[in-house]
Amino acid sequence: MSGAPAASGAALRAPASCRELFSVFTRLALQGFGGVLPVAQRELVERQRWLSSEQFLEMLALGQVLPGPNVVNLALMVGQRFFGLRGALAAMAGMVCVPMVGVLVLAVFAAQAQRHAAVTGALRGMGVVAAGLVLATALRLSKPLKRSPLSAIGAAAVVAATFLAIGVLRWPLVAVVLGLGGAAFAAAAWRLRVASRAPAAPPGNTEGDADG
Amino acid sequence: MDEALQAARALLVGTHGLGLADWAALFGHFLLLSLLAIGGAITTAPDMQRYVVGERHWLSEAQFNASVALAQAAPGPNVLFVAVVGYNVGGLAGAFATMVGTLLPSTLLTLRASHWNAANAKAWPVRALHAGLAPVTIGLLLATGWILFEPQAGDWASAVLALGTIAFMLRTRLSPMWPIACGAIAGAAGWIG
Repeated sequence: MSGAPAASGAALRAPASCRELFSVFTRLALQGFGGVLPVAQRELVERQRWLSSEQFLEMLALGQVLPGPNVVNLALMVGQRFFGLRGALAAMAGMVCVPMVGVLVLAVFAAQAQRHAAVTGALRGMGVVAAGLVLATALRLSKPLKRSPLSAIGAAAVVAATFLAIGVLRWPLVAVVLGLGGAAFAAAAWRLRVASRAPAAPPGNTEGDADG
Repeated sequence: MDEALQAARALLVGTHGLGLADWAALFGHFLLLSLLAIGGAITTAPDMQRYVVGERHWLSEAQFNASVALAQAAPGPNVLFVAVVGYNVGGLAGAFATMVGTLLPSTLLTLRASHWNAANAKAWPVRALHAGLAPVTIGLLLATGWILFEPQAGDWASAVLALGTIAFMLRTRLSPMWPIACGAIAGAAGWIG
């Protein structure tokens, strides 16, 4: 986590137009083999610097508990943040339109290609890389947890419990998100209330937020 | 000439000869699934399979699985597997029906929620929600990465490739396309067991 150039210190910027939103989201979607999320984090946080890690994680978390495809929800929220409804639609269209044409073209020709051993081998190799990309994204995004109102250790315990429940025990997702998420929400709410009563130390989580 | 016409027809509306009631049922089912897709579109795949394969017999199980695998391999959000399933059921019109059905309800809900979130960013319920969900999200990502890797867990070349990918992503700011290309080449050469 340490050696990489950190994006958090540098100033954030904003997209110039809905057209820029559309083209950046198209570009990042087209780089997303086996999942768009790692590329989205790379482009939006580290390259374009439209969002800080904290903001990205917040939107992702919200996108994850809301129904619907996570990264499409994320695109909607990013677009809405900068250009309201028009921005939301531009970002979602960028995420979906061109890749959809691509995947349908592939679907038309897919049946023949999947018989070649080299093609199935390449798909397997790309699958392994996709796993590494998702793990790296998780490590990258875990940095803001150090300042969590749950405390770093509390947050780490929730991470570990979620991993165990989903990755190892394979419990149903909805139950895990509602159960663990609900418990973590309650714990955070309690700690925020306690902290807000203590006069001196405001919990340092969501200050320094740019315009909504 | 007839053959060309038939091929065009298959491309546009598929080969099942769906009637109006079928189209409405297909669209309606995906509208409903959209609202159940908590944690991502892929979580609805089991129920989608039950409906499209088991109940309606529009696709075989192998066709359904191939549709999902194809969309996973292609660039773009994973939700595009819905478009591939729709295409295999009802051609381009099917893809359009399933995608609009899947995206419409969740989009409306997300825009509402995002608006509420921005308007109340400083209120304690919103801050507690974010504080509680952030570690759950990280845990879900770690679990997703592990589940994707697990089928290859015994293979040392896969472990090297995955660890190399993580190091590349943490140490550089280059595009993930590079490790993807390396993985595709190594896999095509038969090095990934």
